[in-house]
Amino acid sequence: MKSIVIILSVLLSISLMSCGSKEEKKKEGFSYEQKSKPESTAPAKLKTVLPSERVDLTNKGIGPITSIEINTEVSQEMALKGEDIYKKMCTACHRPTKKFIGPAPLNILERRTPEWVMNMILNPEEMLQKDPLAKDLLAEFNGAPMANQNLTQEEARAVLEYFRTLK
Amino acid sequence: MKQILKISTGFLMIALAFTSCNNGESKSNSALSSSAAEKVYVAPGEHDEFYAFISGGFSGQLSVYGLPSGRLFKVIPVFSQDAEKAWGYNEETKPMLNTSHGFIPWDDAHHPDISQTAGEIDGRYVYINANNTPRIAKIDLTTFETTEIIEIPNSAGNHSSSFVTENTEYVVAGTRFSVPIPQRDMSIKDYKGNFKGSLSFLKVNPDNGEMTIKFQLLMPGFNYDLSHPGRGKSHGWFFFTTYNTEEANSLLEVNASQNDKDFIAAINWKKIEEYVNNGGGTKMPTKYAHNIYSDETHTATSTMINEVLTVNPLEVPGAVYLLPTPKSPHGCDVDPSGEYIVGNGKLSANLTVHSFTKMVDAIENKKFDGEAYGIPILKFEDVLAGSVEQPGLGPLHTEFDGKGNAYTTFFISSEVVKWKLGTWEVLDRKPTYYSVGHLMIPGGNSAKPFGKYVVAMNKITKDRYLPTGPEVTQSAQLYDISGDKMELLLDFPTIGEPHYAAGCPASLIEANSKKLYKLEDNKHPYAAKSDADTKVVRKGNEVHVQMTMIRSHFSPDNIEGIKVGDKVYFHITNLEQDYDVPHGVAMIGANTSELLIMPGQTETFVWEPKQVGVWPFYCTDFCSALHQEMQGYVRVSPSASNIELSWSLGEVF
Repeated sequence: MKSIVIILSVLLSISLMSCGSKEEKKKEGFSYEQKSKPESTAPAKLKTVLPSERVDLTNKGIGPITSIEINTEVSQEMALKGEDIYKKMCTACHRPTKKFIGPAPLNILERRTPEWVMNMILNPEEMLQKDPLAKDLLAEFNGAPMANQNLTQEEARAVLEYFRTLK
Repeated sequence: MKQILKISTGFLMIALAFTSCNNGESKSNSALSSSAAEKVYVAPGEHDEFYAFISGGFSGQLSVYGLPSGRLFKVIPVFSQDAEKAWGYNEETKPMLNTSHGFIPWDDAHHPDISQTAGEIDGRYVYINANNTPRIAKIDLTTFETTEIIEIPNSAGNHSSSFVTENTEYVVAGTRFSVPIPQRDMSIKDYKGNFKGSLSFLKVNPDNGEMTIKFQLLMPGFNYDLSHPGRGKSHGWFFFTTYNTEEANSLLEVNASQNDKDFIAAINWKKIEEYVNNGGGTKMPTKYAHNIYSDETHTATSTMINEVLTVNPLEVPGAVYLLPTPKSPHGCDVDPSGEYIVGNGKLSANLTVHSFTKMVDAIENKKFDGEAYGIPILKFEDVLAGSVEQPGLGPLHTEFDGKGNAYTTFFISSEVVKWKLGTWEVLDRKPTYYSVGHLMIPGGNSAKPFGKYVVAMNKITKDRYLPTGPEVTQSAQLYDISGDKMELLLDFPTIGEPHYAAGCPASLIEANSKKLYKLEDNKHPYAAKSDADTKVVRKGNEVHVQMTMIRSHFSPDNIEGIKVGDKVYFHITNLEQDYDVPHGVAMIGANTSELLIMPGQTETFVWEPKQVGVWPFYCTDFCSALHQEMQGYVRVSPSASNIELSWSLGEVF
């Protein structure tokens, strides 16, 4: 009996050692009802447009911003300031040009009104509760809520200007 | 319209009839008075009228309650480690508990006192004393955090502390036990005449509330039990009760109860301040820690100081007098006008009240009755304002309602007794359950009391609550004192021993309460203020991880290249800039507590992995719908491994 134990332990330790410091082989995972990627569904049925890709240039959202003027010329000074704020306050969840925890702001003004963007920054709690598009976005992004980083209106405006420079 | 009036009057009458039925049992004077339950009911979502800061006694902490509801809001860690908040466990706050004796994880917190301006509570800071290893702490009432702890050298059983003068010029810390000063190896039997009692005056910086020891008065070797500042006309004086004027060193319950009268020591601190400012006093080598927490670096520093200025009372003529006070007086309480000094002689049948005016007169006319170690003793009859005759057994403490009444606790007869200043007549008494120690009226030890409630803090609760084994809950009781007669409204449990408390209207504090720390103001040397700042750096076997947290991920959340034998510092910054979004963090096998990090704050815990493997960490404070997803892994390799440090926050699938 004892010898069996010894043999087993030796075998076990050999097998453990063989794993040792080596990188383990990557095993194939499995997939169970994984969310299908947008392009794969496209050809099949009616194309469902994801909330993040939906274009809505009338909805101004809910919050302190009811109307703002956007100059055709981008203010580089304001954009630079906005970039600095964005890096400090937003990059934990938003990459400028691709989807991360939240959507990417690239070309945002082709899809949203400037007021909607600023209200989403300044008043996310209420937006997530009441604005239909914000609600859909929350669902699309796995229930990760937009955090209120307590930016001032001026700061949010600068961030918006920075978004206009994204390519 | 008239009809409506009539109808509503009718309803009112019916309502009154019902109300009076409900109150049939109570001895309320007013037909309109509502029930006790209504008086303490603060509806869901409503705020209490008063804050009460109740010391946790031997828990070493300070608790924050609302009155009249008796609801507990927060336990502020002060002198004891608190694993929930990482106080004394994280790298930032460990220095706060440093002393000349090294790191001390516990103390006995007794007397919170709120800072004052012009004799009125200003709601800026709470000061509180540690009894055992003498220290005074300052709690900032914008953050409700302990931001300073200063050790008191030459002191032992720091009990007659930490009371503030009327403009918070000084916080005072008096020794309970007299000891050899400086400490030295000598026979205990040689106590008498050789031991000294130090009374420390800590100057407060009016801008930030910080303390420095201005001077220590070295008094005869009595026990200095409690103290209060003069106010109004007596501003500039401080009064300390003494017992064991017998200078016994053993079996004090008998040997310190021999003298018919002990003293209240009256100290003219303004006179001593002037003496010291003119170069008076003697510098004595000593050692004490001064620990300060910065809201900008979110880190405490501990500085050891090697010298203290001492003052011999005999060298400042006219600065110190002794007022004979019967039978081991405990509480030493000054009325809102500053005229009356109440000595609660705990073995005396009567309550002794001295008059400040008579004291000044007795000093001017040299009405002395001998001296103790060269300090003049004033004649009892010449300073006595009056006494409250046989109000109860075992008086301990007195507070005031600002309407000419005083309220005194009686430990042995277990009651609060209301009496009138000037006439000394007893007006009312109510039992406490049981054996009350201190009591607190919001502002009741200032020039402007808010005489609506009194909180009695009890030493014994016995059968008042559901039993919880041999150790039962500690408890306080709330009485309505707005009418002629006191009315018991509420029992509520407390943390530790509810030793003493300080209270004030919520309006003095509420609006100043900070909501978050601004990231841009964060000057922690290891802060990662954005994702771009995150990194992992190795210095020999020390590894510093600069990590961020936000709903709902850590960055980085995968770290490899850590080895057994490393000492890994996790410096974690909460990037949230919204109210009430703290995150926590805990690491499997870390020999320390979790961290609980407020928005904009950086905290650090140390992990010394002992086992090879892949070890997870996670957020401990439920932060969002994706809280359970807020986690990460650290790969720990054998010490000889050559795996490079790497870290990442994965890309989106």
